[in-house]
Amino acid sequence: MSALQRFLLRWSMSLKVSALDRKLLRDVWRLKGQTLAISVVVAAGIALLVGTYGCLAALQASKDVFYERTSFADVWASVKRAPNSMHDKLAQIPGIATVETRIVADATLDIADMIDPARGRIISVKEGEIPLLNQFDLLAGRLVQYGRPNEILISDAFAKAHKLGLGDTLSANIYGKKRKLEIVGIALTPEYVYALAPGQIMPDDKRFGILWMGYEALSAAYDLEESFNSVTATLLHGAVEADVLQRLDILLKPYGGVGAYGRKDQISDFFLTNELAQLASSGAVAPPIFLGVAAFLLNIVISRLVATEREQIGLLKAFGYTDWDVGWQYTKLVAIVVGFGLALGLWGGVWFGQGMTSMYTTYFKFPVLEYRVNAGVFASAAIVTVIAGIIGGVSAVRQAIKLSPAVAMAPPVPTSFNKSKFSIWFERFHISQPTRMIFRHVTRWPLRTAMTVAGISFSVALLIASFFFMDSVGKVIQVYFYQAERQTLTVSFVEPRGAEVEESILRLPGVLATQPVRTVSARLRHGPYTKRSAVNGLVKSADMNRLLGADEKPLDPPDGGIALSEHIAKELHVQVGDMITVEVLQERRPVIEVPVTQVVKQYLGFSTYMHISELNRLMHEGPTVTGIHVLADSRYINDLYTKLKNTPMVAGVAQTEASLRGFQDTMDQTMYVMIGFYIAFSSLIAFGVAYNSARIALSERARSLASLRVLGFTRQEVAYILLGELGVQTLLALPVGCLFGYGLAYAMSPMLKTDMYDFPFIINDPTYGFSVMVVAIAAAICAVLVRRRVYNLDLISVLKTRE
Amino acid sequence: MQMTQTQRSQVAAPIETFRAEALTKVYPGETPVHALRGVDLEMYEGELAVLLGPSGSGKSTLLNILGGLDQPTAGHFYFRGRDVTKFDQEELTQYRRDNVGFVFQFYNLIPSLTARENVALVTEIAQHPMTPDEALQMVGLGHRLDHFPAQLSGGEQQRVAIARAIAKRPSVLLCDEPTGALDSKTGIVVLQAIVRANQELGTTTAVITHNAVMAAMADRVIRFADGNISSIERNTTKLKPEDLSW
Ligand SMILES: Nc1ncnc2c1ncn2[C@@H]1O[C@H](COP(=O)(O)OP(=O)(O)OP(=O)(O)O)[C@@H](O)[C@H]1O
Ligand SMILES: [Mg+2]
Repeated sequence: MSALQRFLLRWSMSLKVSALDRKLLRDVWRLKGQTLAISVVVAAGIALLVGTYGCLAALQASKDVFYERTSFADVWASVKRAPNSMHDKLAQIPGIATVETRIVADATLDIADMIDPARGRIISVKEGEIPLLNQFDLLAGRLVQYGRPNEILISDAFAKAHKLGLGDTLSANIYGKKRKLEIVGIALTPEYVYALAPGQIMPDDKRFGILWMGYEALSAAYDLEESFNSVTATLLHGAVEADVLQRLDILLKPYGGVGAYGRKDQISDFFLTNELAQLASSGAVAPPIFLGVAAFLLNIVISRLVATEREQIGLLKAFGYTDWDVGWQYTKLVAIVVGFGLALGLWGGVWFGQGMTSMYTTYFKFPVLEYRVNAGVFASAAIVTVIAGIIGGVSAVRQAIKLSPAVAMAPPVPTSFNKSKFSIWFERFHISQPTRMIFRHVTRWPLRTAMTVAGISFSVALLIASFFFMDSVGKVIQVYFYQAERQTLTVSFVEPRGAEVEESILRLPGVLATQPVRTVSARLRHGPYTKRSAVNGLVKSADMNRLLGADEKPLDPPDGGIALSEHIAKELHVQVGDMITVEVLQERRPVIEVPVTQVVKQYLGFSTYMHISELNRLMHEGPTVTGIHVLADSRYINDLYTKLKNTPMVAGVAQTEASLRGFQDTMDQTMYVMIGFYIAFSSLIAFGVAYNSARIALSERARSLASLRVLGFTRQEVAYILLGELGVQTLLALPVGCLFGYGLAYAMSPMLKTDMYDFPFIINDPTYGFSVMVVAIAAAICAVLVRRRVYNLDLISVLKTRE
Repeated sequence: MQMTQTQRSQVAAPIETFRAEALTKVYPGETPVHALRGVDLEMYEGELAVLLGPSGSGKSTLLNILGGLDQPTAGHFYFRGRDVTKFDQEELTQYRRDNVGFVFQFYNLIPSLTARENVALVTEIAQHPMTPDEALQMVGLGHRLDHFPAQLSGGEQQRVAIARAIAKRPSVLLCDEPTGALDSKTGIVVLQAIVRANQELGTTTAVITHNAVMAAMADRVIRFADGNISSIERNTTKLKPEDLSW
């Protein structure tokens, strides 16, 4: 008796615990390995639930509070140039609560600690004031002052990424003029909680920063005196957003309006909302799986316990305990097991939630983002646990209640076995008796074998489904970066340029090849379905930015038609051959009907494509580009950067390689962490199932095994019989699990799709191998643990007693 | 047969199979139990000894030690001159595998193996076994070879257990209340099987029982009380099991 056991015993005595409860405590203690395994699986489910939903609640709360406090806008619109006098007209649009006009412009920034140029989004503010809408939090310093045109505020993340502080300077290429700007304040805005530069797939705090500049200075720099090019507004309660957007478009059209949009098209909010939705769905998928497995294990263990204790149960009833007294004991046992799991899960969940929340702080910039213990989440965790306990325990407890005392008094009957048709084979191949025992046990209880196989294969499946994420993301990276977007960088211009600009870019140092692109923003319409999308004009036989067909082979942009990303085609409910309406939202705003000639494969950043000269014709312009894709020689890249930073017409440089790195870093930091958790949890399930079934087999067969030991079998030989069974079950489970995992991943892949990513269904071979290996290792560890028990089997005490 | 056996134990100097010297077994705990208090005992080749004694007097404890299932707290016990108390786990297993046959009150057959297979379990790992069929013939079960334990009566199960114990031609056969769970008629059939093994194979046999009647079939009767041997009697005449009744 260990010290702990003795302590528990004393403690239970001192509490005047009834004999029945002492039996209960001793049962729990005796079965501690098995009950702990169940508790841990419960805890895993609860931890995922509490962590995920707690984190979700934290994000949601931070978002709501931040948006509310800072008057985050409801609608946005861009124009080329509109006079400030328009402001009052806009304010009169029915449904608009507050409207604010401003200037928003992009510039390349030259930061001392970085060779390559960063992109800056400069927003105008009234000197000495905080904006009415999208108010920023001034974290340090002061507002920009009137008459000091070089003062700026910069976003907190950008400041941190470059260790910039108050009084530091940076130089910006604003509308062709190089300006030295002085940082006077650090700010945080609801508009760029998720700060994604245009055309990028991941935020990059080093290469994209938000700057605020006084209105006078910015309007002067961009020749927008007394004018604005951006409108934001909040809506009144009950206002219909679509109506307001339409009125905005009508009013702004004469000024080069590029189409008003609501929050669902505002990049930062879009991603935030998407992330919340994904978090909610992942939180809804995983915990039930774990709790289901826990219920399953609970059912196995408690049923077996009731079966082995049937004599005791009958005896208790014979002594005068009621059926309910007995049932209550086993109910309490279930309660102890799941209760411990719940407690462990809540503790682990808070820890997990904190980790997850702090991970989010690197992507979502809120003034406060903290995981907080959430009573609602805790309560639902408790409810879910109780449900799992009921599902897992009810049938076993019912067995205990139904058992009649007479049954217990009957002498034990050895389990009957039948000679199967395999017996002939046993003889023919001289199969040893221990091997026959393994075989007969596996086939004697097909249901139990099936359950164990199902349990273990489930963990294989869960692992495959987790690794499938990596395979899928790997595929996305492969297709996006190595097939579709092969340029080193993309130069974008302040305004559309004549096609001859490509020549001058090609002449820059280190530039090996170029590819022009013309991009306009448009609204696509097909019947009742509409979708905002950029339309990219591409050249034929492009080598960098390419369209890919269903077979991932490059395609040429269509002649006299439009190519849609699969995702957009689905949203618009169109197929190749259908006509759609393209309403260009800028410049002359042409509207045309075009046939959909291609549906292209894209997993990331869905878009729309035309041939560049078709697009130029549509825009009533000569050969015109908005950007040049560049393939650069890495040896001269620094020269190229320096040159580009000092080229006036360049509004931004998007570095594809940097995005690839950023993407991969993000995956390393978030995805792999999550997957790590899932791997750990799946291994736990495998372990829990294997350990429980081996322990049950051990307790049922302790007598046989002890007899064998008495007969002179070595410990290894005896362990072989027991572990052979586990081995057979595991071997059966592995291929079944692979099939199961294939199905699970297939079912999950559409659930992961968002408006930004498509998760292709692809499972690489190593995924199967690795999943199988992890589960095999978990089974092996549990075999070692059970083997130790076989080795320490107390022969005398087992054989002294009746079954 | 019975004559030669008796002659051997009377005429020739008896060969020692076991020698126990001051065997002590203490079960530790809050109140330690002294199950054996310095037992000295010899057992001779081919003899049949019956151990009698009140419950808790230490009979099973002794038998378990003699069979290599357990180790004493103190003292020594020699099997054919080798000190078994110095054996490690592996040596004990080997000792049981080569020399000892066990029969328990609760047959302890493997439910998933047939009668023949239960016996084969032992013959497969023994050095000079008889065939399972022979062993089952000896206990009068030649006709139930392919039955699983669930399909056999208690007496038949016990006889399978005996067949399993003797199939390897063990040097010693240790039986702990082999008839405890059986009626007298069945019990006698089981005893016949044990006696037959003792006589035909010359196996040194020890049988624990609470049934004093069975003392009449022994060469020697060893009585136990309170963790020690209280008396040893030698029977001048032995009865056959079928002549016993209770
Ligand atoms: N594992 C154990 N732990 C503690 N005490 C034990 C253990 N096994 C046996 N004992 C004690 O040792 C003593 C001798 O037990 P043993 O089983 O040898 O008796 P026995 O003579 O075979 O009795 P019975 O005729 O009832 O089978 C008893 O007092 C018993 O309580
Ligand atoms: Mg006993």
